[in-house]
Amino acid sequence: MHIMEGFLPVTHAIGWSLASAPFVGYGLYVIKKRIREKPEQRMLLGVAAAFTFVLSALKMPSVTGSCSHPTGTGLGAVLFSPGAMAPIGAVVLLFQALLLAHGGLTTLGANIFSMAVVGPFAATLVYRLARGIKLPFSFAVFLAASLADLLTYVTTAGQLAFAFPDPVGGFAVSFAKFCGVFAVTQIPLAISEGLLTVVVFNALTRYNARELQDMNVLTGQEVRA
Amino acid sequence: MKKYQNIILLFLVVVLTALPLWMVKTPEPGPDGKEVEIFTGADGQAKDLVGTIAPDYKPWFKPLMEPPSGEIESLLFALQAALGAGFIAYYLGVSVTRTKMRKAQEQGKKC
Repeated sequence: MHIMEGFLPVTHAIGWSLASAPFVGYGLYVIKKRIREKPEQRMLLGVAAAFTFVLSALKMPSVTGSCSHPTGTGLGAVLFSPGAMAPIGAVVLLFQALLLAHGGLTTLGANIFSMAVVGPFAATLVYRLARGIKLPFSFAVFLAASLADLLTYVTTAGQLAFAFPDPVGGFAVSFAKFCGVFAVTQIPLAISEGLLTVVVFNALTRYNARELQDMNVLTGQEVRA
Repeated sequence: MKKYQNIILLFLVVVLTALPLWMVKTPEPGPDGKEVEIFTGADGQAKDLVGTIAPDYKPWFKPLMEPPSGEIESLLFALQAALGAGFIAYYLGVSVTRTKMRKAQEQGKKC
């Protein structure tokens, strides 16, 4: 999902940066407030950040014969809030842009928008919907994390198609082409990310049930189960 | 079932990751005799696709710093993963111990 450095026209680069900035700002405010009110949740926030660090470093092979990586933003979005993940994702993307020449400073805004804004918000939305129709907790987490991962890549495809519409078919044709590169490759990886997120949640449910209950992620009934 | 759930899930992830390696075969070299590379990055493929859709587009900004070699790049990626995994493992270790101590304390009171 990393749009390479310089691969967005100037207007798009500025536009996406402006679009992402308020989310990162709001996220910092949310995190500060949360840590002031509940300092004991600092470590769990670290876990959410660490999970994004690990998963976005793992480039995995896919059935399309190319490699891509998961994003790891679903965990933090379900644990905390989608807003909190925007600055965390931004830090990861900045690290990769500066040290790894993976993504870039001019495309940072666009990359933050797909990975750290659309992903986490999709995760929270899917999670709430799934819980709303009484799906089991683990399954809701799986759906939230996988779809967040997949939608991040669909967003990247959309951003590139918007910047580079096909000379004949326009946005739609270009979008389909970029989806062919990103979204199809991402399907098995998104499933993997969903499964890994459930693994972490299983461990947290077992050993940190009180914290999860405190954060309204689990109900008392589920903790005992 | 619940007891083995994480092991099953991790096994599935390994299968999902390993399966493509086995399914995708390197195609025959093209007419120009060049070896076709497989399992390249999707990000790089998207970059090439931009080249075909908009051949006139010139990237207007270069990365400030590029890893001097593939080895250094994998070093940094491994570092990123290690930092993350290290922290998660530390937290889980603390949590497991705390749960054990809590249980021990509760049992101690009952006696």
